[in-house]
Amino acid sequence: MSIFVNKDTKILVQGITGKEGQFHTRQCIAYGTQIVAGVTPGKGGQKMDDVPVFNSVYEAVEKTGANCSMIFVPPPFAADAILEAIDAEVDLVVAITEGIPVLDMMKVKNHLAKSKTRLIGPNCPGVITPGECKLGIMPAKIHKPGGPIGVVSRSGTLTYEVVHQLTQQGFGQTTCIGIGGDPINGTNFIDCLAAFEEDPDTKGIVMVGEIGGSAEEEAAEFIRANIKVPVIGFIAGLTAPPGRRMGHAGAIISGSSGTAQAKIEAMKNANIHVCENLGTLGELCKKVF
Amino acid sequence: MKIHEYQAKELFANYGVPVPQGKVVFSVEEAMAAAQELGAFPVVVKAQIHAGGRGKGGGVKLAQSLDEVKTVAGEILGMQLITHQTGPEGQKVRKLLVEQGLNIAKELYFSIVVDRATAKIVIMASEAGGMDIEEVAASSPEKIVKVPVDPLLGIQGYHCRQAAYRLNLPAAAIKPFIKMVQGLYKLFLDKDCSLLEINPLVLTADDGIIALDAKINFDDNALYRHKDLQEYRDLDEEEPLEVEASQFNLNYIKMDGNVGNMVNGAGLAMATMDIIKQAGAEPANFLDVGGGANAEQVENGFRIILSDKNVKGILINIFGGILRCDVLASGVVEAAKKVGLNVPVVVRMEGTNVDEGRKILADSGLNLIGAKDLKDAAAKVAQIVQ
Repeated sequence: MSIFVNKDTKILVQGITGKEGQFHTRQCIAYGTQIVAGVTPGKGGQKMDDVPVFNSVYEAVEKTGANCSMIFVPPPFAADAILEAIDAEVDLVVAITEGIPVLDMMKVKNHLAKSKTRLIGPNCPGVITPGECKLGIMPAKIHKPGGPIGVVSRSGTLTYEVVHQLTQQGFGQTTCIGIGGDPINGTNFIDCLAAFEEDPDTKGIVMVGEIGGSAEEEAAEFIRANIKVPVIGFIAGLTAPPGRRMGHAGAIISGSSGTAQAKIEAMKNANIHVCENLGTLGELCKKVF
Repeated sequence: MKIHEYQAKELFANYGVPVPQGKVVFSVEEAMAAAQELGAFPVVVKAQIHAGGRGKGGGVKLAQSLDEVKTVAGEILGMQLITHQTGPEGQKVRKLLVEQGLNIAKELYFSIVVDRATAKIVIMASEAGGMDIEEVAASSPEKIVKVPVDPLLGIQGYHCRQAAYRLNLPAAAIKPFIKMVQGLYKLFLDKDCSLLEINPLVLTADDGIIALDAKINFDDNALYRHKDLQEYRDLDEEEPLEVEASQFNLNYIKMDGNVGNMVNGAGLAMATMDIIKQAGAEPANFLDVGGGANAEQVENGFRIILSDKNVKGILINIFGGILRCDVLASGVVEAAKKVGLNVPVVVRMEGTNVDEGRKILADSGLNLIGAKDLKDAAAKVAQIVQ
C-alpha cells in the first residue's frame, strides 16, 4: 500500500518538451512510471520519445485517460498550467517548478479549494512510492520499496539525505512526499500525515520541516491528537539568522514565530521523537521504529 | 527585495496615497536647501537605510530652524546607524529624507500582508500606532483589526469600512481612509508586494490621513515582471559578497563563523550549518548552489567563500540526485586548482555516481579530505578550525 500514487497512476507531463521536462520524464519512465501523455501548447501531434504530446491538458486527459499531472512549466506560466490541470479535473497535480510568484500561487490555492484536485508543491521534488511510481525529480536509487516508513518533507535534497539514512538502516518506504518550500503550497503536512495514518502498511513516519511559518506547529498538534504510529521529526535552520530568506521563500523567520526552537518545542510537546542532529537520524530511526 | 522609505513614498504618491512633502538629499547643503523649499518649520530629517528602528537608533530628528537642519543632517549623514535590525556594526547612512513636520492628532498602524496559512491578502490596522506591532500583537491582540481579502474576489467597500470604523476615525476622515486603502491594495497587487506597512499612519489635526512612514518589500520571485522596480535596488544596502553571488545564481548569506560551506539545496544547506554548530564550530555562511550546479558555479562559490577572510576550513556537502557526483567532483578539483586553495576542504558526497566522484577527488593530489557521512564531515571540519 501507499498514499497518493501507485503502479496504476497514469501521468501526463506539462512542459514535457523542455530540457528539464524531457530529462525527468525519461528518468520516470525508466523507473517504470506510467507516463501516458505530454502537454506543450503549439507542439500537439509531436512525440517526446514514445509519449504523445498534446496542445492542452483537456485533450491529453480525453485521449489517454491520464489522472495525474506533473508540471515542469517555467515560473511565469506555471500558475496558468496548474489552473488548467485543475479545470481538466485530474486527481493529482505535482508542480516541480521553483520560483512562482506568491500572488499567482494565492489565486491557485483559492481556486484549488473549490475543486477535487490535490496539488503537491510547487517548488518540490515530487512524490514517490518506491518500486511502483516515481513522480518527480528525486534520485530513484536511494529509495527502498516495501515500507514501512512514510516520509513527508518541505525540502528537496534534505529529503534525499533522510531517505538515504533510512535505506542504509534497512528501512524501506511506503511513500515519500516533498510538499515544497514555498510559502503557499497545495498539500500540507497534515494532509500527508492523515493519509499515512489511513495506510495500513505505514508503521512509522519521518517528518522533515524547516524554519518559517507555522505548518510544523500545526502538524505537531495534529499528530498529538490523531496519529498512532511513531513519528520522528527534524527541523532545519537552528543557526539561521532572523529575517533572512534562506533559499526557500517560506523559510523566513518573522519575529518569534517560525523559529527552529519553537517548532522543536511543539514537536516535543506532541510526543514526537525529535532528531536534533541530522547526522544521527538513522540511529534514531533504529531506536524508534 | 527591500526599498527605502522615500522610494516607497514615491510609489504611494503614484497611487494617490497622501504622503508628507519632502525630498531625498545626499549632503548637508542639499538638506538645507530642501528645508528652505518646504518653507516652514519644524522639518523632520530621516536617515534612509533599509533597516527598521531608525528613530530609536538616533536616525530621525526634528529641526526647528535652518541651523538645526544643518546640525542634525551633519550628525546623521555618514553615521553608522545601529538598530535592532542592522546588527552590531550598524549601517552607514548615505542619504536623508527631509520632510515637512505635521500637526499630528493620532498615530495609527496600517499594513497589507500575505497570510500564507489561509492564502488570503490581509489588511491589518490598529489604533496603537507608532509602536512595535509585534509587541501589540503579543500584549493586546484585540487592538489589531485583521480583514482578510479573497484574492479571487478582490477588495470590496466593506473591507475598507470594517477597518475604518474599527479605528474610530472621525467622520471626515473615513472617505480619505477608504480611498487610501483601495490605492494601497492596488499597489500591492500591481507590484507584487509581499509586505506593505505604514507605521505610523497619522490622523492630522484637520482630519487628514497621511502616511508618515512607508515600508514595502517585494516578492523576489515576481521581480522578472517588474523591470521598473530594478532601479529602486540599492546595492549599498546589501552585503557585497551576496550581491556577487546573486550574479552567478548562487544563494549566499554571510554569517559570522569560520567554517565556509557549500551545499546543494536550501534545506540541506540549513541542516549542514546546524550540524557544523553542533560539532562545536560556527558556520561562516549559507551557500546553496542549487540542484543543477555546474563547474563554473562551484568555482564561483569557492571564490566567494574564500574572499571571507574569517574562513579557516570549508565543508562541501552534496547529495547528488540530478547533479551527478562525478560532475561535481571534477568541478571542485578544477575550481580548487584555479582559485588556489589555502584552507583545508572536507568533502562529503552521496548519491548518483558517488564512487566515480570519490575517485576523482582522491586522484587530484589536492588537500581534499573525504568524509564517510554527514556526522563524520562535520566532526572533521570542526577539528580543523579549532
